[in-house]
Amino acid sequence: MTNTIGDVEEADVILVTGSNTTENHPVLSTFVKRAVKFKNAKMIVVDPRQIKLTKFAEQWLRPNLGTDVAWINGLMHVVIAENLHDKEFIEKRTTDFEKLKSMVEKFTPDFVEKITGIPARQLIDAARLYAKAKAGAILYCMGITQHTTGTDNVKSLANLAMLCGNLGIAGSGVNPLRGQNNVQGACDMGGLPNVYTGYQPVTDEAVRKKMEDAWDVTGLPDKVGLTVTKMVPMAHDGRVKAMYIIGENPLVSDPDLNHAEKSFSNLDFLVVQDIFMTETARLADVILPSACFAEKEGTFSNTERRVQRVRTAVEAPGSAWDDWKITCEIAKRMGYPMAYKNAREIFDEIAKVTPSYAGITYERIDREGLHWPCPSQNHPGTPILHTEQFTRGKGLFHAIDYIPPAEQVDDEYPLYLTTGRVLYHYHTGTMTRRTDGLNERAPESFVEISAQDAEKFGIENESMITVASRRGEIKVRAKVSDMVDSGTVFIPFHYAEAAANRLTNAELDPVSNIPEYKVCAIKLSSAA
Amino acid sequence: MENQNTIVINGNRFNFTMGDTILDVARKNNIEIPSLCHLKGTMPTGNCWICAVEIAGQQDLVTSCNTKAADGMRVMTESARVVASRKHTIKKMLSMGNHNCAVRAPHEESWTQYQLKVHQEDNSPELCPAWGDCRLQDLAYYYQVSGSDYSNVQSLYPMEMANPFIIRDFSRCILCGRCVKACNEIQVNNAIEFGYDGDRKKIVAGDDKPLKNSDRVFCGECLQVCPVGALVPKDARFERQWETEKVRSTCSYCGVGCQIDFHVKDNRIVKITGAEDTAPNYGSLCVKGRFGFNFVHSEDRLTTPLIKENGKFREASWDEALGLTAKRLSEIKDQYGADSIGVLTSARVTNEDNYAAMKFTRAVLKTNNIDHCARL
Repeated sequence: MTNTIGDVEEADVILVTGSNTTENHPVLSTFVKRAVKFKNAKMIVVDPRQIKLTKFAEQWLRPNLGTDVAWINGLMHVVIAENLHDKEFIEKRTTDFEKLKSMVEKFTPDFVEKITGIPARQLIDAARLYAKAKAGAILYCMGITQHTTGTDNVKSLANLAMLCGNLGIAGSGVNPLRGQNNVQGACDMGGLPNVYTGYQPVTDEAVRKKMEDAWDVTGLPDKVGLTVTKMVPMAHDGRVKAMYIIGENPLVSDPDLNHAEKSFSNLDFLVVQDIFMTETARLADVILPSACFAEKEGTFSNTERRVQRVRTAVEAPGSAWDDWKITCEIAKRMGYPMAYKNAREIFDEIAKVTPSYAGITYERIDREGLHWPCPSQNHPGTPILHTEQFTRGKGLFHAIDYIPPAEQVDDEYPLYLTTGRVLYHYHTGTMTRRTDGLNERAPESFVEISAQDAEKFGIENESMITVASRRGEIKVRAKVSDMVDSGTVFIPFHYAEAAANRLTNAELDPVSNIPEYKVCAIKLSSAA
Repeated sequence: MENQNTIVINGNRFNFTMGDTILDVARKNNIEIPSLCHLKGTMPTGNCWICAVEIAGQQDLVTSCNTKAADGMRVMTESARVVASRKHTIKKMLSMGNHNCAVRAPHEESWTQYQLKVHQEDNSPELCPAWGDCRLQDLAYYYQVSGSDYSNVQSLYPMEMANPFIIRDFSRCILCGRCVKACNEIQVNNAIEFGYDGDRKKIVAGDDKPLKNSDRVFCGECLQVCPVGALVPKDARFERQWETEKVRSTCSYCGVGCQIDFHVKDNRIVKITGAEDTAPNYGSLCVKGRFGFNFVHSEDRLTTPLIKENGKFREASWDEALGLTAKRLSEIKDQYGADSIGVLTSARVTNEDNYAAMKFTRAVLKTNNIDHCARL
């Protein structure tokens, strides 16, 4: 997030898109709801599903799946046409406004309505509302990113925020809501193929030299590595031979699971480090048992870049170890000693090699976490980014055209599928499905289908049906619901036994390599 | 200092900011005024009357949580009238239900007889689940108000145990309304309200409909703020606060990073509560964060390294499993090159764990093939 969670209550207008906040970030949603109910903030929800937040919204725009660039360009078209853009901000802090302006020219409300299904009138009202806000915050989540145009979608939201000067001040910003407890931290720590900690590029010789010195090694690789979404097909082709998987369950969370299963089975060697015998662990040659979050010391970095302590409450079961200790012991046996007494020693090394974490210590975050960048020990941390300038100096407008989703409906696969989570479960369910109460509330997978489609395809509410895509099929219970519009169905992806990801499309965004989980074409039939 | 607003509390003069309530000023200056229904971050209502104080020159007592401080005001927080009022308020609350916790030993009964009677009334061998962690009990003890006159007051509404997380014991509800405020003003789930009138008044959740059809999301904010034994966690009903140790940590579900307190007893987590004194969540949690911790102590946890042989896993020592892993990774690296190996680190583990995996991949394996599930 460019801003903080608490900052949401400072906004006059909140634009929420591709985030079912009350179910996926319930506590953050309380800030949004309070802003609306008690602080007179107006909310615009743009989402294909009638999520709970729509009840709190001033306006709910319901776009067709995968048409985000079109409606965002449409909003910008109206903002510019009605002269509502923030000329001073654009002049002082950005470049390439003219390129953006000419791109969005064709995205008239009528043109956008044809692509997105959003009535022109609603688009105009929403554009006025957001543009006139003193402070407008944008919150988004995987509904924006998990598309073949995910990068375009995010850049478009950044365009919109810059156009209206909604960056660098309290209550504004472009705020991705990170879905996993430490996804921010895993990125910050360089758990990515192109960067070391704090986003220092592996292709930068000076950075590599610095890391070589810090680690006392030579010959650190200079070529950008593979993303998970590239590793899997390369395992399928036999070009990736071994994998070491820590605390992840790609055999439920990956797209196009039937293909992924073959890929992992094809490896010469697979080692999985986890707290449970997951679907992925079953395929491993070696399984290494690790301690869970309640059993270890360390830090997580949350969605607002706040680095917070994790503390040991109970002992790990049996002979399970801390993840870092397992990794260090493998390193030692491969001839490179990685000897740390405890997590704190590792954190001190992180601070040493990472400018944005340099000022953070366990002592400083003992009672309350700090937001990075925090470059020195007397720096208070940075709750709001880009207050004076952007990381690259001036903010760059990107002229982006609309590209439809990779897979379209046709006669054989006449409905769109979109996927997501439910309140009571978390990701692949390995943790939440071991709590009886949560299972009682959300025992099994389901497919949300509109009443019109249920009638059209002869589907009875609560009956078991088969959902099939070009890649696989699953059996799930039908749930006739007004959450979805006709033409679209929704399935949560938590349930391994009816894994939505057997259906999803592994087509990737060309820049971020994120799969298009949010749109694919499917058909329904009564289960035999 | 002409424009300075001042107020006198118990004979001492204090400055205050316009808009502060009497309670705000007292708290800032470490003067204890008991409160009960007041909930930080919500609109004060003065509903319970326990925070009543006397203002010089005013005939009636006022509730300090929703009376604004005014320049020159002289406030008495523990005057005879105030104490009498509080005793009356506490007595009224004790009379409303089954508050048989012997805050003051009954005069003529032996302790054993008294306990036996309580067990019979409660239909449980345990004392009230909130015993020792109850605001009403604390206040009754402090002001020496006995509940013995009101023993065995029957509630109109039976205990509700139908939902998987929270037990609702109406016989111990004092209708303070903190749960109503928490649900409507903090979580904004709008699922809890006061219902019915007069003697039938009760806290209604989800329109008083059966659980399945209600709008309740079980965030448990109501549980967290209940000052008495009316709402207790089903799984930790009789876990006594004084037997557990609190450990502050960060929730492991979504990216909000709520601060939590583990309540630990005998190496087991018995419950989780939200940390009220700190960002980002100031005490709030969701259903997963508050109740979804059973996996930690699950029988299914992996407890020993496993090696697959002929398609089946067998137990192995750490030394063997680590040795085999190092050997196979080295062989594959030598035979096919470093880039034939991929590492998936995790958005679930700590920064320290991630850093170790990152360093291992680059410094030992010598590849940049490292990623995690940020995209998935």
